[in-house]
Amino acid sequence: MSLSHESTELNSGEPTGPIEGLWDKFQEEMLLVSPANKRQYSVIMVGTGLAGAAGAATLGELGYQVKAFCYQDSPRRAHSIAAQGGINGAKNYQNDGDSIYRLFYDTVKGGDFRSRESNVYRLAELSVEIIDQAVAQGVPFAREYGGLLDNRSFGGAQVSRTFYARGQTGQQLLLGAYQALARQIDAGTVEMHSRTEMLDLIVVNDRARGIVTRNLVDGTVEAHLADCVVLATGGYGNAFYLSTNAKGCNATATWRSHRRGALFANPCFTQIHPTCIPQAGAFQSKLTLMSESLRNDGRVWVPKNRDDISKDPVSIPDAERYYYLEERYPSFGNLVPRDVASRAAKTVCDDGFGVGPDVEGSRRAVYLDFSDAIGRLGEEKISERYGNLFDMYQRITGDNPYKTPMRIYPASHYTMGGLWVDYSLMTTVDGLFATGEANFSDHGANRLGASALMQGLADGYFVTAYAVGNYLARKGPSKLSMSNPEVKHTLDVVNSRIKRLLSAPDPKHTPDYFHRKIGAIIWEQCGMSRSGAGLKQALEEIPKLREQFWREVSVPGSGSAFNQTLEKAGRVSDFMELGELMCLDALDRDESCGAHFREEHQTEDGEAKRNDEEFSYAAAWGFKGSPDDPCTSDMPTHELFKEHLEFDYVKPSMRSYK
Amino acid sequence: MRKLNLKLHVWRQNGPDDGGSFQTLDAENISDHASFLEMLDVVNEKLVEEGKDPIAFDHDCREGICGSCGMVINGQAHGPQKATTACQLHMRQFESGDELWIEPWRANAFPIVKDLVVDRSAFDRIVQAGGYISIRTGSAPDANEIPVGKTHADAAFDAAACIGCGACVAACPNASSSLFVSAKVAHLGVLPQGQPERFDRVRKMVSQMDAEGFGSCTNHRECEAACPKEIRVDYIARMNRDFVSATLRAPNEVAQRKAPSTQR
Repeated sequence: MSLSHESTELNSGEPTGPIEGLWDKFQEEMLLVSPANKRQYSVIMVGTGLAGAAGAATLGELGYQVKAFCYQDSPRRAHSIAAQGGINGAKNYQNDGDSIYRLFYDTVKGGDFRSRESNVYRLAELSVEIIDQAVAQGVPFAREYGGLLDNRSFGGAQVSRTFYARGQTGQQLLLGAYQALARQIDAGTVEMHSRTEMLDLIVVNDRARGIVTRNLVDGTVEAHLADCVVLATGGYGNAFYLSTNAKGCNATATWRSHRRGALFANPCFTQIHPTCIPQAGAFQSKLTLMSESLRNDGRVWVPKNRDDISKDPVSIPDAERYYYLEERYPSFGNLVPRDVASRAAKTVCDDGFGVGPDVEGSRRAVYLDFSDAIGRLGEEKISERYGNLFDMYQRITGDNPYKTPMRIYPASHYTMGGLWVDYSLMTTVDGLFATGEANFSDHGANRLGASALMQGLADGYFVTAYAVGNYLARKGPSKLSMSNPEVKHTLDVVNSRIKRLLSAPDPKHTPDYFHRKIGAIIWEQCGMSRSGAGLKQALEEIPKLREQFWREVSVPGSGSAFNQTLEKAGRVSDFMELGELMCLDALDRDESCGAHFREEHQTEDGEAKRNDEEFSYAAAWGFKGSPDDPCTSDMPTHELFKEHLEFDYVKPSMRSYK
Repeated sequence: MRKLNLKLHVWRQNGPDDGGSFQTLDAENISDHASFLEMLDVVNEKLVEEGKDPIAFDHDCREGICGSCGMVINGQAHGPQKATTACQLHMRQFESGDELWIEPWRANAFPIVKDLVVDRSAFDRIVQAGGYISIRTGSAPDANEIPVGKTHADAAFDAAACIGCGACVAACPNASSSLFVSAKVAHLGVLPQGQPERFDRVRKMVSQMDAEGFGSCTNHRECEAACPKEIRVDYIARMNRDFVSATLRAPNEVAQRKAPSTQR
């Protein structure tokens, strides 16, 4: 795969005017579909996490005919459910000076000036309505004794704007959206297809008109047609194999849509979360996140002497400990943003100070120590704050964090990149929308804590329905026949790909074998820190691995039955193409920003060095090969389109947490 | 780190109409730091490399919150560790040489899809029957206009912690889903936001539960012991009270719910 710098400009299509009024203006200018006509239109919603379930429920409630799809056995299981910490809302309930503008400002700055201001402003505006909506649905947010909502400061924010539900905020918000969806299913406005995976996008006359799916129970491959398609299928963090994502999380829907014309933006912007339970062995299938809130009371350290790395940490005196975050960042200390904390952990482990068991030749963990906090506040108070997290840690590791420090290490967690969308969340394929983590729009090069749930629900409840309605009103109703040649062609493409996965010429290895391999390559070369040389090496290795995959992947069983190995193989084949684009994008972005750290571009004390003159753009990649055939070796040329980012409100500055 | 060698007796079944039987498999050289599902991964990896059919089981988040996984291990739903889902169960709970009997959730209302995978869509239909607060998007009042006392909020939360895994059904000698249904009834019924539909909700959900073919609760309390989120049986009593109250309030409106379409 090579670069082709055509640098065609992309336009966000946002309304013009002061930023405070853009969303209002969009709503004033949008066309409406009359209540009687809404049922003439059908919408496909792929994915039923926060963005998908909320979007499907709202569209159904308005009267559109919605078909929703998820690969899980129930929409309630989407991985939004695992979010622990909380959701931001600029309510200023704590009277500490928060405002929509301040949330907007923090988010743009936190994204290291690589997000689109108009989208972020809308996100901050809608954050307020999300809290109202969730509470009315019965989401049990934490409350004070007076009965009003409690807030906490999260992810280093200087105000307390985070609403939370113990350590299960994602679960409770998802159940709220799931219940809203259930209500619409009962009302007959949403037709739910669980255990059904989207495998391709049907594009007719340059317009998205449907999807091809595989029923995961009986293997039936079929087409579903609609007036437009919304992808709410989450991120691609599982490309790294070991991640905090659910095992089923995948990029198939977005990647195959990319192959049919949707530009993929900023694929190298991936967030590595600093506080996860480290890998314990080669068998490890996923990593578990420990909420970032632990850094409020835990102190991060490694031994000062390399001889101490395998010693019992409790026996190491304070003077022999290197509290590297507190020393390097005195004003933020242990609460520095995620990208900074993750990179610092990698650096100390690279330098040989990592602790914990030796896994495949290296010790990759740092201590997160609560002994000071327990001494100050007592075990009871700490248990009240973090009891469920401590219990989870103990179940997984067998260690008791009340007695001995936790061991943590960064892990792939969230992806800021995704399908490029305009202000109305439409991709570059007419009629194809992308919402929530599946799009690229709101978090720039780094996402702040408690803002993923916010974006999923802002897109889902409040943006999707207006954007879709406006689109449909402009298009008018039109029917497409199942016998259309494009429909038949896309079905054939999907069927032949399944057949190919089932009949590799020399089947030897499991899909997981290849997943681990691609994961290791991109984790090493396109993870917490990247270099030109390393990325070039990855770009040579990946096509070879892909070739081996199509020759040697072993998928027993048939396509016309329940077959989890086949599901996995299809997803891994997409990660191997996407992984290459991640590296290509990281190579092209010859600067450091947010989570994208190029070793060539750092300040004297090792901080990320942005280059606003050359790289203040979103890099949106277009697929130039055949959309039908998987890339078995070299990937065809990708074409780079740029959306130049203007910062009229938050002036780019150097992020400093010193 | 210990290494374990285990003998597994795994239920293998091709579909709801197949008879099914136990297959004996060896799990060798398993790290005691591995999770139970990672142990099954190791066994499956070998099966796939040999071109054999791997054990089908549901799983997703592997951090005990999505509710996808679930299997009966040596007669206990989710295995021997209290308040722990199968994915959070780790092999240090077992000894080398152990024999493990691994079975799917067994209940008429949960038809077997394959091996350890069951169809729990009955739970979705119960929620669709009324397990929600009817609120239109965008019409909510300011969040702090509805104060909720901390005790009520905490009680609602304890019930809302249910992950819908189905262990309660699998553990119950009657295959009753009372704990699952009552948790949702309580979560919404305790909160002020849930009052307008409180009695209608319980009537509809209980009717759907019956239509799905779940058994009745006869107070064995096995569900509470098996529940990975420690949902208490008190909620069942609360549900029964609300249900009686609902039928007294509107005796002619006992909801007629649809029989499930996918029931086999």
